Amino acid sequence: MTTVTEPDQTEPGRAASDRDADVIDRLVGLEPGHPLFEAREIRPEALAHAQGSFEALFRPDDAGTVTPVERWALAAFVAALHESQPVVDFYADGLRAAGGTPELVAAVADEALRGRAEGPYGAYPDGPLAGESVDGPEFSAAEADALSAVSGRLPAALDHAHFLVFHPRDAAPARLRRLADAGWSADAIVTISQLVAFLTYQIRVVHGLATLKEAGLR
Amino acid sequence: MTHVHTDTPSSTPTNASAPDAEHTHVHTDVGAAEPPRFTRDMLDWLPWLDPVAEADLTPAQLDGLVDKARAKNAYFRLLARDPQILRERTKTDIDIFYNAKSGLPRAERELAATATSRFNGCIYCASVHARFAAHFSKRVDDVDRLLDEGVDAAQDERWAAIVEASVALARTPSRFGVEHVTRLRSSGLDDLEIQDVIQGASFFNWANRLMLSLGEPSEQEQ
Repeated sequence: MTTVTEPDQTEPGRAASDRDADVIDRLVGLEPGHPLFEAREIRPEALAHAQGSFEALFRPDDAGTVTPVERWALAAFVAALHESQPVVDFYADGLRAAGGTPELVAAVADEALRGRAEGPYGAYPDGPLAGESVDGPEFSAAEADALSAVSGRLPAALDHAHFLVFHPRDAAPARLRRLADAGWSADAIVTISQLVAFLTYQIRVVHGLATLKEAGLR
Repeated sequence: MTHVHTDTPSSTPTNASAPDAEHTHVHTDVGAAEPPRFTRDMLDWLPWLDPVAEADLTPAQLDGLVDKARAKNAYFRLLARDPQILRERTKTDIDIFYNAKSGLPRAERELAATATSRFNGCIYCASVHARFAAHFSKRVDDVDRLLDEGVDAAQDERWAAIVEASVALARTPSRFGVEHVTRLRSSGLDDLEIQDVIQGASFFNWANRLMLSLGEPSEQEQ
């Protein structure tokens, strides 16, 4: 007899047990029976495709030219910049599981510690918004052997990730030029931009839902 | 060689660039007429990397666009370079903002998106979602005050609570705390609505970073 998983009634074709693997549930600490676990079902597509986004970035059908270690190293760096412990641990563990050496895991953590800041900051052009400009650091990754052992282009990606996390309004085509010069193709630039930007979403959902959980039921 | 794109995104003919980085074209002068302030006006968005040409979109890329009309849009055709994450992102976006089943009124989901975009500095994103927020709420003056004066501009208690929560969430590291939940609740939001604030505001941290870093806004000719 063929085993058929009963589909979740809220979304045909998706099994309820799929939530066993849900990263946001896991990082918030949500389990069946908790009102917030159930509340997420009210937006079944957002629930399924936030997880699908994670999988598209970290277990893609076609990884293109961006290697698993590059993906997880960037993620571990971005998570650490957000200083949210369950998320930091999750992506550091992921980097190890993807084959990152202990030296690499340590180097990424060191770079993130060195890159700590308060965002968002950045400059507006001359004009009515100039008064809202906020100063902040421009990060430049160290020439660490553990980083360049992954790929010569990884440090440039960490620089770009720091900019995207903390001061995206300082965007300029010259930043993409630097990525291209370091060896990132246009396709790869889109992928790593999505990866960093997605994490700024996922980490905030985790933080927000964890806060709502902490606030207790009304 | 510098490529100067002066057309609107929807009418700019583009070529997919060579796959290797050596031949990656970065458009360092797209000829944008940079808007000097936040606005509800329609803006164009000009990419700094070549989008996939409409005629060259593969079945996987068309699937990634989800809505076929998005093939006219240079931003989505640029993101189509990685179709799997584009597809997942688009489906997440649509459910957070368009799923009308209970939760936060549409206007206030757009308010969270606008406040986040205003705080992060994404003039293009703010223009689109300020138009939606104004349309659904009919509160044009309140939306314009958010754009003109910023996230600290006076709003009624419910809107102020949503704006403040969105801003706290947008900070890195995030500063959203129990006190924000308390204020949202005392402004009348139930926990499903608060979940929608968290989702809508968080999603725009993703969107703002893509729109800010892969191209730039340009005022349309009058």
